[in-house]
Amino acid sequence: MHHVIIGAGAAAVSAAETLRQHSKTDKITMISAEGANPYSRMAIPYLLTNKIDEAGTHLRQRPNYYDSLNIEVIKDVAVSLDCANQSVMLENGGALSYDRCLLATGSVPLKPKIEGINNSRVHNCWTLEDARSVAQYAQADMPVVLMGAGFIGSIILEALALRGVELTVVEHQDRMVPRMMGEKAGGLLKGWCEYKGVRILTSTDIVRVEQRSETRLNIHLSTGDVLDAGLLIAAAGVKPNTAFLQGDQIVVDHGVLVDEFMLTSYENVFAAGDVAQALDFSSGKREVQAIQPTAVEHGHIAAMNMLRASSVRHRGSLVMNVLDTLGLLSCSIGIWQGVEGGDMVERFDPDRYRYLCLQFDGEKLVGATVVGHRDHQGALRGLIEGRYLLGAFKEVLMKDPNKIMEAYLAVAQTDATLVR
Amino acid sequence: MTWSRKILRVNLTTGVIAPEPLKMDWAQKYLGQRGLASRYLCEEVDPQVDALSPENKLIMANGPLTGTMAATGGRYAVVTKSPLTGAIACSNSGGFIGAELRNAGWDMVIFEGRSDKPVYLHIEDDKAELLDAADLWGTSVWATDEAIRQRHQDPRLRIAAVGRSAEQGCLYSAIVNDLHRAAGRSGVGTVMASKNLKAVAVRGSLGVSGLKDPQRFMKEVAIQKQVLAENAVTGQGLPTYGTQVLMNVINEMGAMPTRNASQVQFESAHSISGEAMHEPRESDGKPNLTRNAGCFGCTIACGRISTVDQTHFSIKNKPEYWGNTGGLEYEAAWSMGSDTAIDDLDAVTYANAICNEDGIDPISFGATLAAAMEMFEAGDLTLEDTGGIELRFGSAEALVKTVELTARGVGFGKELGLGSRRLCEKYGRPELSMTVKSQEFPAYDPRGIQGMGLTYATSNRGACHLRSYTVSSEVLGVPEKTDPLVTDGKPELVMAFQDATAAVDSSGLCVFTTFAWTLDNIAPQIDAACEGDWSVERLVETGERIWNMERRFNLAAGLTAVDDTLPKRLLTEPAQTGPAKGMVARLGDMLPQYYEIRGWSEDGVPTDETCSRLGLS
Amino acid sequence: MQKSLNIDPDKCTGCRQCEMACSFEKEGVFNPSRSRIQVFEFHHEGRFVPYTCTQCSEAWCMKACPVDAIRTDGGLGAKLVNDDLCVGCKVCTIACPFGTINYVPDTGKVAKCDLCDGAPKCVEACPTDAITFIDAAATGMDRMRKWAATNNPASAQNA
Repeated sequence: MHHVIIGAGAAAVSAAETLRQHSKTDKITMISAEGANPYSRMAIPYLLTNKIDEAGTHLRQRPNYYDSLNIEVIKDVAVSLDCANQSVMLENGGALSYDRCLLATGSVPLKPKIEGINNSRVHNCWTLEDARSVAQYAQADMPVVLMGAGFIGSIILEALALRGVELTVVEHQDRMVPRMMGEKAGGLLKGWCEYKGVRILTSTDIVRVEQRSETRLNIHLSTGDVLDAGLLIAAAGVKPNTAFLQGDQIVVDHGVLVDEFMLTSYENVFAAGDVAQALDFSSGKREVQAIQPTAVEHGHIAAMNMLRASSVRHRGSLVMNVLDTLGLLSCSIGIWQGVEGGDMVERFDPDRYRYLCLQFDGEKLVGATVVGHRDHQGALRGLIEGRYLLGAFKEVLMKDPNKIMEAYLAVAQTDATLVR
Repeated sequence: MTWSRKILRVNLTTGVIAPEPLKMDWAQKYLGQRGLASRYLCEEVDPQVDALSPENKLIMANGPLTGTMAATGGRYAVVTKSPLTGAIACSNSGGFIGAELRNAGWDMVIFEGRSDKPVYLHIEDDKAELLDAADLWGTSVWATDEAIRQRHQDPRLRIAAVGRSAEQGCLYSAIVNDLHRAAGRSGVGTVMASKNLKAVAVRGSLGVSGLKDPQRFMKEVAIQKQVLAENAVTGQGLPTYGTQVLMNVINEMGAMPTRNASQVQFESAHSISGEAMHEPRESDGKPNLTRNAGCFGCTIACGRISTVDQTHFSIKNKPEYWGNTGGLEYEAAWSMGSDTAIDDLDAVTYANAICNEDGIDPISFGATLAAAMEMFEAGDLTLEDTGGIELRFGSAEALVKTVELTARGVGFGKELGLGSRRLCEKYGRPELSMTVKSQEFPAYDPRGIQGMGLTYATSNRGACHLRSYTVSSEVLGVPEKTDPLVTDGKPELVMAFQDATAAVDSSGLCVFTTFAWTLDNIAPQIDAACEGDWSVERLVETGERIWNMERRFNLAAGLTAVDDTLPKRLLTEPAQTGPAKGMVARLGDMLPQYYEIRGWSEDGVPTDETCSRLGLS
Repeated sequence: MQKSLNIDPDKCTGCRQCEMACSFEKEGVFNPSRSRIQVFEFHHEGRFVPYTCTQCSEAWCMKACPVDAIRTDGGLGAKLVNDDLCVGCKVCTIACPFGTINYVPDTGKVAKCDLCDGAPKCVEACPTDAITFIDAAATGMDRMRKWAATNNPASAQNA
């Protein structure tokens, strides 16, 4: 059997490894579009701060790793998919036929519709290639404008600030990471960034980009202000990379729709990671999540079902994000916004940049936001994903939400801890 | 090293908080904790000051082993001038806050002056700030702990606080840390409250490093932990029964002060003993004792975690007391049990919890209550005086009511908060106060354990068992057995114990280790950790130096040899039962010789020669 | 046979010797807040619970790591963080549902229990045998590990 994996990110590698783990003989081919070894976009900010070199971004760093597992990595671009003939067309000519195909093409940055945006000093910061360009322009003391303070923008924000550029962040919404946190938590992040010397303009749009000189841009804002910048970085969000899917063989909504076995609408074609619109743990609906742990889960489950149809069911992935904004740690997990009729407890300490919010649905924890705390955050996932009934420990948490670990141990690790 | 070499000085009057280097030449002479903090107090505080005035200072101090892995290395001390005794006070506590303070990088915190409004000190590593405690004033230690914890959202915060008793001026208020541990004696909590300082909340994440020889230290620690584990007292008796292992033993010896020390044996001692704490009760089949617990780094774990019977009258309608709480130690079981002739284990456990909740010293409280009961039964105190409480020996109801009142500093509790000496004088029966230097003596009757008579009489902080716990030798045979009923050799024994204990109290270790350890076990641990050569001889000399320094503070404060005495009852009323039947405390046989071997004059003043030998100017 | 840490909270007195032993071994400092094993206190119940990583076989942290910095030690089955590779992205800290891998700001890396090369220092330090290192079968940690396996969507035994 030949498994062709289109893509070379976290979902792709997770799938390839799972395939090999369970089948010594099947042929596995990964198509890497960027001409690089499979790497992690998560690692790009650390490349920008010289914490690692390019090799340090690789998803697997053992020498000859893919060869040793007999996984072929082809550096080429899939331009189309012929489902009927079970074949993938490649940019450099030729086609790969498959028995099972996995779409793991990730996502691509959204290109904002702004006058003058097509400029050599406007860059995304998404791929390794982008990172090289950004590194070239974003030198110390250079005025840099970052468009977007979502999750990805915020990760890049730290890297840019650490590079010593004179940074201004422009965000359309009224707070930072609006899809990850509420007003109080997002407000803390903004306050912290400003305290650390980064200018954050929320509820502001970039309306026009104008060449000011050979090396400088004028960035016109919706407020009427004009910013001087040597570099504009667009981090206005990403969307599933589905452009190569022509025709209507594969049903695409926001992303490629898959069932609980990660199977698309066409037989033998699966999808995983950012490109897939798959079951969300909390809502029970199919959603595009575009986060690392979900990509790994997707890749694994898809591979299991590529090996043996309908063998492993996806119970839905939990949305979770963790962020380090210039030393301020934050994370949000699950339904951090809360559910209707559910209880909520929060602790807000703006002086110390601390925030903690737990959301309950009945006796279960369903979501959380944490700012300024660092230990044992994984237990939040444990509590939410385990769908544990908290019993008396709900009251404990309502009274002191910091007792997450105690609640987790009491309800989720009863065997090991004998607390109940 | 292993001192952190940093002191935090907090001026409550001005609000100025400033770090300063630890005086290392003093550290080499006084080690740490009790000795070193006392050195600072002697330097900075006029012994004549009113203990509750802004001129007094309050010092919280660690030893060099506090926060290390040495077994029991979690002790800290509070040093100040006592409002109860007028003498120097040093109260020692375990739990976790000492180690936390050390982990934050501080050897010592010196509080001076008085804040014009209630505040608490929040320490987070090298950051420290005074924060408003207006909403905490008037609340208990436990409520304060919870409120501060909520405010800082840090489950690892360690908190020491004073309760309502201290705010109301109870003269034996404690500083309670980690809910159930206390720097309990001599009213150090009263001093803290007088400064409008409600609490100290500490979070330390820096750790303790820089030991002189880490590998040797770890080796020594492992060896000495093994010694504790293999010793019958520290390896079995204390973990199983806590200090309550003593209740039946001491009672059988006829050395259990009972009914305000009018008797030396309590007929119902068993029902409040360590053994009784293990017995299932009728209502729910559970024993009083849930389990034992250790303070920071402690491999003995004598601490008790207990529950009160939910059907008991004291908590029947108070579900907030139904959970586990700090259980009875021997001294508290004695003071609120035997000395008041109360045989109700649940009532005594509840009273102990209230002492923790609002920070009062159970020894002083129980002994004061016992004196009040004797005066009530004799008609010196009336129902009008007590607010309608029948203060009779054996009345659990009276105990429960009065402990609540004393904890809150209201009604007759305000009177009890004066302590036994002042209360008995007020009602015309000064001879009924079982105190030395105005501090209530604890659970060992000197008629049955003669060495404890000299211990109480000469203790620098007023009557106290922990300054030279000759019970070790006279009862348990550690390090060697002496006859409790003879006075020969006791001055030497008391002096040796006083000096060794002063050294242990200055190290960061717990004195309970000395049931198994001598200075031979302790010196190598200090020496591996601390710069300077720390031999047994040097520790003994350090202890002697500390003892004499404390003595000189007290003399300068106005105390004299006349105060080195015992209540008349112990000196003149013979024991009526038990092995010591017919005996009184023969202090006069011991005191002159004690002065002599101490190198003190007949008036109990350290001679110039003694002072210069010890390097005391 | 593979060995595992076994924790018996009935025996724990809450003394934190384990935390000091761990932090001293791993960080060269006595510092409970830097310990990989932590004792949690249940005040109302009068209970202390030491708690650390189970070294679950299809480790969530290892699977989630984007830069291959967490790997299995073959013999012990311990999951080790390679400090040279860890970039400090913290994805593992939320991926691990046990909450036993944590970020250390001082180093910019994550830290977790690595079983001290087969001689866990917490075990040596514990005065009451509340923490022991024994054959993996039937320990509480083993049950946790099984839970991890059956609940981990990125593990093999999900079907």
